Amino acid sequence: MPEKKHIAVIGAGAAGMEAAGQLARSGYLVTLLEKDGQTGGHVKDWYHLFPDRRDSKEVIEYLKKQAGHKNVTLRTGITVQRLEKNNGSFAIKTSGDGEIKSDAIIVATGFDLFRSERKEEYGYGIYDNIITSADLETLFRKNEIRRHNGEIPRKVGFIHCVGSRDEKVGNVYCSKLCCITAVKQAMEVKKHIPDARVFCFYMDMRMGGAMYEELYKESQEKYGINYIRGKLSEVSENIENKLVVKVEDTLAGRPLKMELDMLVLMAGMEMSKSGLDLARSSGLQTGENRFFAPADHHFGSNKSKTDGVFYAGACTAPMNITDTISHARAAAADVIDYFRNQES
Amino acid sequence: MEKFGFSILKARHINYDSNDKSIAEYISEREPSFRICIECGCCTATCTTGNFTRFSLRELQILLKRGENESVREVINKCMLCGKCTLACPRGVNTRNVILLAREAFQKRLKNAV
Repeated sequence: MPEKKHIAVIGAGAAGMEAAGQLARSGYLVTLLEKDGQTGGHVKDWYHLFPDRRDSKEVIEYLKKQAGHKNVTLRTGITVQRLEKNNGSFAIKTSGDGEIKSDAIIVATGFDLFRSERKEEYGYGIYDNIITSADLETLFRKNEIRRHNGEIPRKVGFIHCVGSRDEKVGNVYCSKLCCITAVKQAMEVKKHIPDARVFCFYMDMRMGGAMYEELYKESQEKYGINYIRGKLSEVSENIENKLVVKVEDTLAGRPLKMELDMLVLMAGMEMSKSGLDLARSSGLQTGENRFFAPADHHFGSNKSKTDGVFYAGACTAPMNITDTISHARAAAADVIDYFRNQES
Repeated sequence: MEKFGFSILKARHINYDSNDKSIAEYISEREPSFRICIECGCCTATCTTGNFTRFSLRELQILLKRGENESVREVINKCMLCGKCTLACPRGVNTRNVILLAREAFQKRLKNAV
């Protein structure tokens, strides 16, 4: 290599860290930019991961090793404001009037969790014992699944599709991971509270990933998780401080009412705000779902419409960790290919 | 195995091929959102009529789509057109208009809809 090419990777979550590591190990210089104070994105907030219930700390450890390569310069607390392209190279304008030069860019700005308070009728932020799937992971980590008043919840409900497949909040797409996360979390609740009764309220059980269906079956067989097919219309609280949910049990064909001690909302995934800002400031195209639109759904899922700008991970669509890591590797391969074509 | 047979009691099955789907077609032409229902039941869960009587809009819609019109014709008049189901529907089906059109179609006595 005559001169070492330099790639800027925006976002140090799973996708950015993996892509940075792959490029670094192939001999390229990488600057890894992260808006937060630390790396690890959403993964670091999670407890156990589906489908094998591996501790997320193991994944973080792996990612840190990848991004810890000597060719990677990590810069945290930096917000990217705009990308400019001049004569085939890039100038990245950052917060604090900074500028970083690079030969290619990987955008790995990830996703934001749907803010469940936007689905007002589901009571998040209104009633005490309604939490999100992300909140529950924190409780698992603390080994402290308690109601607001300190009691152990004996009857727990999970609501699928909160902020996904819902036109009323502007998200028609499926977030893909919430179904399997609910299955995993339902089992986890039973492990923490063996005598708890757990119910999942779903529209469709989308068990498309490796080992998902097996986990779903295991949850019924070994943990006695109950599945009720019906979308929640609204939650209220009764005088005993219990949550009352109303669904149609569509398979029984009748309205169903149930009291619960705790309700977990399976928050969907949305294009991150930082991704949206970048799209607007730098003319990157987004799809109807507001995620970055790849240049081609079959052959260019890592490519943007701007030569030299690539995408990795959940900034293009809801994606699990396994797929994110694969997608990030593919982005690195696309970058290497891009440089190779420049030489020839 | 050969004794298991394949016969179904006539009154039990939905005879999809011979059933009259004209009511569903009438609605679907005028209110295309009728087609995008995913049977989640959110409409029924929020429905006041459904909480007090046997009335499930989700069920009625699927029955019309299967041409089981007779089990819908009378029941559909129970709806009070409050529109809560329209507010709740995650697919944006104009449920209120679906009901109005169904009633209209029955009134026009389409084919077997006596």
